[in-house]
Amino acid sequence: MAKTVVIDPVTRIEGHAKISLFLDDAGEVRDARFHVVEYRGFEKFCEGRPYTEMAGITARICGICPVSHLICSAKTGDKLLAVTIPPTADKLRRLMNLAQLTQSHALSFFHLSSPDFLLGWDSDPAKRNVFGLIANHPDLARSGIRLRQFGQRVIEILGGRKIHAAWTVPGGVREPLSREGRQWMLDRLPESLTTTRQALNIFKDLIHGPLRQEVQVFGEFPSLFMGLVSPEGNWEHYGGQLRFVDHHRQIVADGLREDDYQQFLGEAVEPWSYLKFPYYKPLGYPEGIYRVGPLARLNVCDRIGTPEADAELQALRDYAGGVPTSSFLYHYARLIEILACLEHIQILLDDPEILSTRVRAQAGVNALEAVGVSEAPRGTLFHHYRVDANGLIEKVNLIIATGQNNLAMNKTVAQIAKHYIHGEDIPEGFLNRVEAGIRCYDPCLSCSTHAAGQMPLHIQLVAATGEVVREVYRGP
Amino acid sequence: MAVRTLKIDDRELAVEAGTSILEAAQEAGIPIPRLCHLEGVTPVGACRLCLVEIEGLNKLLPACVTEVGEGMVIHTQTAKLQEYRRMTVELIFAEGNHICAICVANGDCELQDVAIQVGMDHSRFPYQFPDRGIDLSHPLFAIDHNRCILCTRCVRVCDEIEGAHVWDVAQRGPDCYIVSGLNQPWGEVEACTSCGKCVDACPTGAIFKKGSTTGEKHADTAKLEFLSTAREKHQWTR
Repeated sequence: MAKTVVIDPVTRIEGHAKISLFLDDAGEVRDARFHVVEYRGFEKFCEGRPYTEMAGITARICGICPVSHLICSAKTGDKLLAVTIPPTADKLRRLMNLAQLTQSHALSFFHLSSPDFLLGWDSDPAKRNVFGLIANHPDLARSGIRLRQFGQRVIEILGGRKIHAAWTVPGGVREPLSREGRQWMLDRLPESLTTTRQALNIFKDLIHGPLRQEVQVFGEFPSLFMGLVSPEGNWEHYGGQLRFVDHHRQIVADGLREDDYQQFLGEAVEPWSYLKFPYYKPLGYPEGIYRVGPLARLNVCDRIGTPEADAELQALRDYAGGVPTSSFLYHYARLIEILACLEHIQILLDDPEILSTRVRAQAGVNALEAVGVSEAPRGTLFHHYRVDANGLIEKVNLIIATGQNNLAMNKTVAQIAKHYIHGEDIPEGFLNRVEAGIRCYDPCLSCSTHAAGQMPLHIQLVAATGEVVREVYRGP
Repeated sequence: MAVRTLKIDDRELAVEAGTSILEAAQEAGIPIPRLCHLEGVTPVGACRLCLVEIEGLNKLLPACVTEVGEGMVIHTQTAKLQEYRRMTVELIFAEGNHICAICVANGDCELQDVAIQVGMDHSRFPYQFPDRGIDLSHPLFAIDHNRCILCTRCVRVCDEIEGAHVWDVAQRGPDCYIVSGLNQPWGEVEACTSCGKCVDACPTGAIFKKGSTTGEKHADTAKLEFLSTAREKHQWTR
């Protein structure tokens, strides 16, 4: 008899979700679905608020990557003011976004995912977490925590607080960087670089050895990739224009402007998830599946533009035989991006202009509609606002990174489940691998549904008749 | 000068006749919470936070509009008063839409300060979530009625110090709201001199400078007292 396995809640990700695995009569996985079960409604309740509040409101979507919303919202606000922000403000925003990418990637790798790699997929679930990591690899755990702390502290130095720093505003930023703050960052950079290099070496050893199979099974499929690139085609996280490449890294579309996103991005809705399914419009739904985030950014760019990160990017491409298309390599890409961020932070801090106190352009509402874009840790983030003549919000659309990976996450879960699960007797370690498929994308469901809550895991085994045969719960 | 002797919280005081209980307590360093009171303009007793107990009277009286009397024995911190004050602040929060996390006055808000002072950690009353508007029509300033607590400081400061009387209160009971001019958009009120005194007078984030983002408002309420003193006593000191 056909059955469904439900994993609810999915653990060690940000937000609430469950996974359903549909088994056929022979006990083989026929399909898998990643359901996001939270709803928040930010787009609706922002209506009627002043555009100046949007950065503050949207940052509250998430406690992990509020900076991404602050930056994207401020960029959208700049366009409503129709101003060019002071060069130092641009650099300071970049600095904060680099710190954000660093801390979020460190959290994803060290706190959330490395327990699987270093303690084992099948190890005791009660210890397969950051505390287990501290017990077994104390030095690595400490370095990882300190790496994240570095990113968080940079955000705090710039914005006054680690989380929800209301520092980026339409027109620039609120406060310049202090000399002491800059010095603290410079002093901690070498240690952060060392930690990142160590983590890269550990991960490279793993994927050349014990985790070789995971690279083949965890979301290894062709798809498009989307991300920002600089005008020269280099890695970007804040400015530039959008580029789509295919799984051969052939450019599908280039020089796309965020203002035209509705022409090339569609959003589909499925009744079983609160998370929308964005797709590349010219290919239709669901054929227009594309991935965003660290791996996508490394695939769309020609090069990163800093020496160490570029060498690592080449190593990744060599490892994958040209183009990395396995979602398991998101972890690898995340570590390379941390390296890129740290190198770019060094460049920005060495620029004397970074200490300038001209950081905010003042203006009124000069445009009634604007779209902003930036690269959040999990991928490309769009904010789209329409305001009335006085600046009150009439309409909001937010397209979040995790949502854009929704099709890919579903495909990844199905691929892993089909590989490991055969029949009703499912070891916990296999379910953990299914979850880990989701963790490759480091999804932030709180952001992507703009909804409420935290995230535990629930897997459900459902029969063809609709009967739930087996359920596995984990989490709070 | 006639003098009145009285007791506030077991402290013997001698103050000038005509002084309010609030002023007498303030001189003696006895803190009494208040929201609608503003130095330099007429007190109105609107917020009811400064209610005190006076021995021999079976009702509570607002300290800001009650003059001291000879032999009065006043208590400002009884359990009953503390409970009522907390309830009043809870009702203010439940009545409007006060979202500190995104408010321009976050961190520099008298309503927040008073909530901390009276020990309010949640509201026991159901939030009303009223459907109120925001007026961004003025070129420099904005009023968000969601954050208005109807203290009428803006009304008084505009009338009594600036002399423009842009603001007033419309409607009755729970429908009350602050109007500009003849219930026009603020930006269309010709009487407004754009002096910004109402911004400094507002104890919350209801009236603010346009373009301000979260926590950017820092009201200078002392400036209003300075202006009042300068005008009446010709003393320009702060």
